Amino acid sequence: MRDVAIVGIGQIPVGEHWDSSLRMLAAEAIATAFTDAGIKQADALYVGNAYGGTLSSQTQLGALVADYAGLKSIEALTIEAAEASGAAALRTGYLAVASGAVETALVVGVEKCTDMVGSARVQARGSSLDADYEAPHGATLTALAAMLMRRYMHEFGVTLDAFEGFSINAHANGARNEYAMFRNIIKPGRFAKAPMVADPVSLFDTAPDADGAAAVILTSAERAADLVPHPIRIAASAAASDTLTLHDRSDLLYLSAANRSASKAYSQARVEPHDIHLFELHDGFTVLSALTLEATGFAARGEGCKLAQSGAISVTGSLPISTFGGLKSRGNPAGATGVYQAVEAVLQLRGLAGANQVTNARTAMLQNLGGLGSTAITHILQV
Amino acid sequence: MAEGRKQVEVQREQFTFAGTGEIYSFTTVQETPEGFDDQAPYMLALVKLDEGPLITAQLTDVDGEVAIGDRVEMVTRKLTTEGGRGMIVYGYKFRKVLPRANAG
Repeated sequence: MRDVAIVGIGQIPVGEHWDSSLRMLAAEAIATAFTDAGIKQADALYVGNAYGGTLSSQTQLGALVADYAGLKSIEALTIEAAEASGAAALRTGYLAVASGAVETALVVGVEKCTDMVGSARVQARGSSLDADYEAPHGATLTALAAMLMRRYMHEFGVTLDAFEGFSINAHANGARNEYAMFRNIIKPGRFAKAPMVADPVSLFDTAPDADGAAAVILTSAERAADLVPHPIRIAASAAASDTLTLHDRSDLLYLSAANRSASKAYSQARVEPHDIHLFELHDGFTVLSALTLEATGFAARGEGCKLAQSGAISVTGSLPISTFGGLKSRGNPAGATGVYQAVEAVLQLRGLAGANQVTNARTAMLQNLGGLGSTAITHILQV
Repeated sequence: MAEGRKQVEVQREQFTFAGTGEIYSFTTVQETPEGFDDQAPYMLALVKLDEGPLITAQLTDVDGEVAIGDRVEMVTRKLTTEGGRGMIVYGYKFRKVLPRANAG
């Protein structure tokens, strides 16, 4: 396996893009990434997308996007792993380049969530749940997250307001990100009073469904050195899985796939948690942030919220997370989310994060989850 | 091919649960999938069956407070109807076990 580097990035603002189709969103992010890398063609395209089939009645996005973006006849595939589709596409691109099978890979994550509203959208997004044992009972991802959170609070004696720091931090960072969907500030004390979506998960807890597209261009580290002044090395890429359903887990309150993929990534990159300068984690719900910090070696079990309460997760803290707003404030364009995380980490490592810059950021970790941790994909990037 | 199927079946053993257990966690669903709109809001639970496993199911016949640890029992109920003239889907839900009222 050879070293792989990111040489180009592109993103579009996350939000409601009712005037653009899937292919238009993807092509815009791709064009930006090509301009950034200073090249015009790739050898393969991997599209991360979760709900094209159910939300947009469109599958085979590989060929669709390759054609519309003018990439003429290149290898083009869609990669799906629910909300971890973006990271799954990134990992596929990484493997293709690392193996030597592909010289330059283009990875784009794209999703359109907002063309559907109400129960139609909930239904479409629910296609990644267990269609035999969860969905027929009226379960939704939010409802399952709510039950996870209630059990967490019950077992660890954690109160609702202990989670507020995650949302406050995400919105403080998102407010300074021009690509973020919700750039409002959440004031302390407001979180626990927000309207419930599925108690105890409130409007200020859950990440908003959004439209968006982000792209990265990967090539061999050798070629990267000739292309751009500061290539970003992919020091680790690792994936793991857990049971699809929450109810089949032997330990509900431990994200074992998040743990396994992060452990593998630490080992590949030869780093430890204290070497990570920033962590773009999967904050689709605040309980996922707490459980992720616990599973990846940053907090003891039941103590993930303490990192949020102490301010350690802020841009100037010891472990900055969601540095551009995370899923919560930047928005959650499902299958595109993992690629947004990569774009944001690259901006940090290039020192181009502006008001959100983490000082001396040289090692960044990204983790993208499918479902409530059924799929976990971790990457470590270094400059 | 047939032998392959046989092997898989051997790994799965049929087991009948008593249908009783306790509430392990729960929530109230406000934003529902299609086919559940007319039931909203409804309560969903993770039920810990007495034999050990957890199961995801709705709580029904809820009257009053619900708490983790409450005893529940399985009942058969309509889950959803597939459209106005579609199939009616039945399945399991759980209801709280209430103390038996003294007959007169």
